[in-house]
Amino acid sequence: MIENVDLALVDWSRAQFALTAIYHWIFVPLTLGLSFIVAIMETIYVRTGKEEWKRLTRFWMTLFGINFAIGVATGIILEFEFGTNWSNYSWFVGDIFGAPLAIEGLLAFFLESTFVAVMFFGWNKVNKKFHLTSTWLVAIGASLSALWILVANAWMQNPVGMTFNPETARNEMIDFWAVLFNPVAVDKFLHTVTSGFLLASMFVVGVSSWFLLKKREEWFAKKSILIAALFGLFSSLTVAFTGDMSARTLADVQPMKFAAFEAHYKGKQNAGLTAFGILKNSDEKIGNKTIKKFIFRIEIPGFLSVMTGGNKDAYVPGITNLVNGDLQGAQILSVIEKMGRGGIARETLNDYKRARMTNDKEQVENILNFMKSKEFIEEYFSYFGYAFLKAPEDAIPDVSIAFYTFHLMVMLGFLFILIFILALIFAFRDTLLKNRWFLWIAMFSVPLAYIASESGWVLAEMGRQPWIIQDLMPVSAAVSQIKAGSVMTTFVLFAVLFTALLTAEVSIMIKQIKTGPNH
Amino acid sequence: MNSFLSAPVRVIRFYYYGFRNMSLWGRKVWIIIIIKLIIIFAVLKLFFFPDLLNKNFTNDEQRSEYILDQLTKSPEFYD
Repeated sequence: MIENVDLALVDWSRAQFALTAIYHWIFVPLTLGLSFIVAIMETIYVRTGKEEWKRLTRFWMTLFGINFAIGVATGIILEFEFGTNWSNYSWFVGDIFGAPLAIEGLLAFFLESTFVAVMFFGWNKVNKKFHLTSTWLVAIGASLSALWILVANAWMQNPVGMTFNPETARNEMIDFWAVLFNPVAVDKFLHTVTSGFLLASMFVVGVSSWFLLKKREEWFAKKSILIAALFGLFSSLTVAFTGDMSARTLADVQPMKFAAFEAHYKGKQNAGLTAFGILKNSDEKIGNKTIKKFIFRIEIPGFLSVMTGGNKDAYVPGITNLVNGDLQGAQILSVIEKMGRGGIARETLNDYKRARMTNDKEQVENILNFMKSKEFIEEYFSYFGYAFLKAPEDAIPDVSIAFYTFHLMVMLGFLFILIFILALIFAFRDTLLKNRWFLWIAMFSVPLAYIASESGWVLAEMGRQPWIIQDLMPVSAAVSQIKAGSVMTTFVLFAVLFTALLTAEVSIMIKQIKTGPNH
Repeated sequence: MNSFLSAPVRVIRFYYYGFRNMSLWGRKVWIIIIIKLIIIFAVLKLFFFPDLLNKNFTNDEQRSEYILDQLTKSPEFYD
C-alpha cells in the first residue's frame, strides 16, 4: 500500500505525457495544413488541366503521405497513458472525455483512412473530380478529428456541461452542446488548426526555397511559394486574431494562466502588455514562491486592459490578487477561501462515502440531495480541486515557462507574417531568385514554425498547472498509484521509439525532397 | 445482382493494385507503420500499459469505491 503520492511518480507521469504529446504534435500540424495546401493545388490542376500542377500536387502529396503515415497512431499512446498513469483522472472525467475521443476515432478512421487511399491509389483510377473531392475530404476530416481532441482538451481547461455523480464518482455530460461550444474549445480549435496551416505553409515555402537556392525546379518552387505564402498569410493573420480571442477567454476562465504568461503580479487599471521582457528572481515571495521581476521590458501601455476589458480603465487582476483575493478591484475569492470551500465539498463526499458504508439510506439520500443542489455545485464543488492544495501558492504555475513560451510564440508569429508578406512581394515581382538572403531565412524558418507550435502547447498545459481539470482536480490527485520506476522505464521506451520514428520520417522526407517532383 | 457484387470486388481490386504498384517510399512507410503498430499494440499496450482500473477491479461499483477513496484523501496524502 502506498502511503502517500510519490512526487517522482507525478513528475515522471507528467514528463512521459509531455514527451508523447510533444512528439505527436510534431506530426499533426503538418498533416492539418499540408492536406489543405495539396487540396488547393489539386483544385488548380483540375480547373486548368495543366500537367505541371498535377506534378506539383503529387510531390507535396508525397510529403504529406510520409508525415501522415509516420505520425498515424502516435496519439493512441496518449490514450494508453490515461488508462495506466492517469486512472483516477480517467474515471473522474467519465464520458465527457470518452465521447469526443470516440467520435474522433470514428471520424479519423472512416474519413481519413478511406479517402487517403483514394488520394494515393486513385490517380488514373477514379475520375479527376472524385479524386479532388477525396483530397478535400481528407483535409476536412483531419481538421474535424482535431476538433474533437481539442474539445476534450478545452473541457479540461474550462469544465462545462457536466454534473458530478457521487454514486459513480464520475462526471456525467448533461449538455453536449455546452461541451462542444465551450468558448475555450471554439478558440482553441480555430487557433490550433490555423497554426497547423501556418506551419505547413512555412514548410512549403522553406522546402521550395531550398529548390531555388539549388537552382532546381524553378517553376515548381515559385508556384509552390506563391500558393503557400497566400495560404500562410491568411493563416498567420487568423492565428493572430484567434490568439487574441483566446487570450480574452483565458482572462475570464483561467485568469491565473493569463496573469502568469504576462508575469502580471499586481492587479491594476490601465495595465500594459509586455511586448518583450526578461525576468529575474526578486527578493519578494508569495508563500514559498519567488516573485519574478523584469530586468528589461518593452511595454505597450494600457493594452492589457484594452484586451481584456475593452478599455483602459478595465481592471486586470495579477497573480498576487488571484492568490490573496481581491474583493475591491474585482470579485475574486482568495485561494485560502477556495481551499476551504473545496474542503467542504470533499468532506461532504466523505460523509456520503461513510453513510453508504454503514448503509444509512436516509443519510445517503439527504447528502445526495444536497450534492445535487445548485448551492453545493456553485459554492463548493466548483472549488473541489482546491481541497488537494497544501498552500495558496500551489495555485501558481511556473511563471517563467508561461511567460517565455507565450512571448516566443507571439514573436515568431509576427516573424512568419513578415516572411509570408515578403514571399508574396518577391513572388509577384518575380524576384525570389535575386533575394537569396530571403530564401535562406525562409528555409531556416521551418524549424522555427515547429518551435512556435510546440511553445503554444507548452504554454497551454504548463500555464494551467497545478490543474489537470481546472479547479476540480490537480495533477497530483489524477495520477495512478503505481511505481515511479515503471513510468520511468516506459518514458525511456517512448523516447527511443519516437526518436526512431522522427529519424525515419526526416530521412525519408529528405530523400524525397532531394529526388524532387520528377520521381 | 452482378453490379451489386462487383462493387466490393472493385474496392478490393482498387486496394490490391494500389498496394501492388506502390512506390518505394510507400513501401518504406508501410513497413514503418506495421512495425510501429506491432510495438504499440503488441508490446506497449500488452506489457506496459494495462488499464489499471479494469485490471484491479471486477466491476464499476468497486472502481467507483476506489476512486471515492482517492478523492476523499486529505491533502497530506498528496504531500
